[in-house]
Amino acid sequence: MTAPSKEFMEMKQKAMQITGAEAVIRSLLEEGVETIFGYPGGAIMPVYDALYDFDKQVRHILTRHEQGAVHAAQGYARVTGDVGVCFATSGPGATNLITGIADAMIDSTPLVCITGQVASPLLGTDAFQESDVVGISMPVTKWNYQITTPEEIPTAIAQAFYIARSGRPGPVVLDLTKDAQFGKVDFTYKRCEKIRSYVPEYPLDKESLKSASDLINSAKKPFLLFGQGVVLSGAERELQEFIEKAGIPAAGTLLGLSALDSEHELNTGMLGMHGNYGPNIKTNECDVLIAVGMRFDDRVTGDVKRYARQAKVIHLEIDPSEINKIIKADIAVLGDAKKSLRMLTRLVKRQEHTDWVNEFHQAADIEDEKVIQKDLFPVKPGLTMGEVVRMSSELTNNQSVVVADVGQNQMAAARYSKFSKTRSHISSGGLGTMGFGLPAAIGAKIGAPDREVVAFVGDGGLQMTIQELGTIAQENLPVKLVVLNNHFLGMVRQWQQLFFERRYSFTEMVNPDFVKIAEGFGIPGKQVTTREELKVAMKEMIDNPGPFLLDVLVEKEDNIFPMVPTGASVSDILLSAEE
Amino acid sequence: MKEEFIISAYSENHIGLLNRITIIFTRRKVNIESLTVSESALRGISKFTIVVREERSRVENIVKQIEKQVDVLKAYFHTNEEMIFQEIALYKVPTQALMESDQIERMVRKHNARILEITKDYTVIEKTGHKEETQELFEGLNKFGVLQFIRSGRVAITRSANERLSEFLAERDALLASIEMKSN
Ligand SMILES: Cc1ncc(C[n+]2csc(CCOP(=O)(O)OP(=O)(O)O)c2C)c(N)n1
Repeated sequence: MTAPSKEFMEMKQKAMQITGAEAVIRSLLEEGVETIFGYPGGAIMPVYDALYDFDKQVRHILTRHEQGAVHAAQGYARVTGDVGVCFATSGPGATNLITGIADAMIDSTPLVCITGQVASPLLGTDAFQESDVVGISMPVTKWNYQITTPEEIPTAIAQAFYIARSGRPGPVVLDLTKDAQFGKVDFTYKRCEKIRSYVPEYPLDKESLKSASDLINSAKKPFLLFGQGVVLSGAERELQEFIEKAGIPAAGTLLGLSALDSEHELNTGMLGMHGNYGPNIKTNECDVLIAVGMRFDDRVTGDVKRYARQAKVIHLEIDPSEINKIIKADIAVLGDAKKSLRMLTRLVKRQEHTDWVNEFHQAADIEDEKVIQKDLFPVKPGLTMGEVVRMSSELTNNQSVVVADVGQNQMAAARYSKFSKTRSHISSGGLGTMGFGLPAAIGAKIGAPDREVVAFVGDGGLQMTIQELGTIAQENLPVKLVVLNNHFLGMVRQWQQLFFERRYSFTEMVNPDFVKIAEGFGIPGKQVTTREELKVAMKEMIDNPGPFLLDVLVEKEDNIFPMVPTGASVSDILLSAEE
Repeated sequence: MKEEFIISAYSENHIGLLNRITIIFTRRKVNIESLTVSESALRGISKFTIVVREERSRVENIVKQIEKQVDVLKAYFHTNEEMIFQEIALYKVPTQALMESDQIERMVRKHNARILEITKDYTVIEKTGHKEETQELFEGLNKFGVLQFIRSGRVAITRSANERLSEFLAERDALLASIEMKSN
């Protein structure tokens, strides 16, 4: 047999080569990607063209705006724990992603965003639809990288996924020039397993865990705060076992909420500005404060100078830069929450702190009388946000995924939903992005098709991304949207009422008929204005197999209480405006 | 209390990293007094030397944020006492002034500076030293009119025997190997 000719070998070699664009899709498949949210355009067209051949393996959701795509990817990531993926074209497509990327950064959500870019010879020439995406996204990404040759694609994508999902997760942007998409590459893929300059998590420090357990064992009034870190590390069971063994009452941050069953006897509720009364005042009474996977956001701490001064603080945290950033820890335990909690449970004594736990119950009774009863069983005819949320929670047996937008609706959703499963509460915490709710619900529904997804949105926030009703309609996604419609930018109006002498400067809204708008998209809906109609309509919404919009006209000038005013201490939490 | 600190950061030599590092300061409204980037003794690893006047606790947090950047290997911060450091300054004076008296020449000697280039019109003088020293020479020369002046960012080196980073890299490899990741 004669050796194959050089020409033949070269031809064969060419045949095994694929375009950079196809390499993108194949790399995503290697990472297990099943869904991509995105919006096409000139600079990402080769990738979209390659995607055309893979419609059996990946589902692409065409949103109506890139902001919708990125929020949907966030919702997907938050409900599944996988990386959310989105595509956008260069220039305006890429800049439209920025809000969602910033949101994902501050809320530690794993995303890989792939943006098209002008061809590399045009970089820096102000070419059509060129924008410096790497520069713009730098402060709001965990990592970003510009790919200018097809050969870099597999490695860059492997690194992107590794960085996005490991350690403290976060968003990554890959900016991909058009020539890199058109060019040819021999495709082989290897998942990234380590990067020399990046330590996703540090090994457990047994000594600090030992000191932490000693402190916990001697505590009279220990109190635990759990954040989203618990969810991100999958440490829900470990959290429960730990607090049960050591008899420690616990409270969640907004993003931690569903990590522990709302009905658990040691779950004392939510921390923070509009959190529950007990957890806030007890923060300034406990002797040992154990913070797990949370970062002492200012909405949680109020005035830091008057925050838990009396307590010894133990901080369990994966990100070294969070330790001592806001609250100085007496004992810092660096590492993954699941591993830390498991070890800590072994080290602590079985204890009950009955009197101390009862103090939380007493505080809960006060809050119940002064706030919750009024919200859930109002004497006024106008509907409250609280009763709407609670009804939804009850009708779905506390099993639904609750998505919230931002504002009063968000706080009502957090306060009055009950959670029996983890990853059931999706909300924009750190950035507080209005317009997040509707698209995030789309992603959540795609990520958890078997779960009921109910999104609570304000009339203001809905109108920031209302176009995504089109996405729901096109995909026929059974998302249930509850508009808590007060004809106001409610949360801002509340502040104006309380702190700006009721000067309602530009917060009143003339709204369109949301039901008609939904109808225009082919989505059924109903408006309710009375208590009598509410239950029937909500049942109809839940029983409806497809999407549904429920426009609930709520009391126009209701407020969310309790409240820790900005700059106040958590122990100065107000139960009503009269206080 | 604000003090002067020298931050040194080692990173992979990647595009865009300078920007990633400087925005950490910009965001916190911390002024960078000087900044130098160069290759380190180890191939492919860049070294940033950044001088700031800040409170120690703020500097601690900034260093953690720098280290958090994926491409950064390690970041340290030091007080001035802990490091040996220098800056270089170049001064351009009119050659005529040099000719008319011996004062400039004496000043150059006294300050351990040296003359780099003399032309008909100007003379370039170089001095390395701490900022106060290069400043002092500037004040002196300026009596004769300094035409141009430039001072570099600080370069600094620790008082310990070897580049800490080599030990660090060995430790890093062991650390990464020891971490069992969730994905496996
Ligand atoms: C994009 C964006 N713009 C502005 C704000 C400031 N903001 C916070 S809450 C709020 C009012 C929200 O009103 P609405 O959506 O009607 O919800 P409600 O508070 O009435 O439930 C505003 C304007 C924000 N969080 N996000």
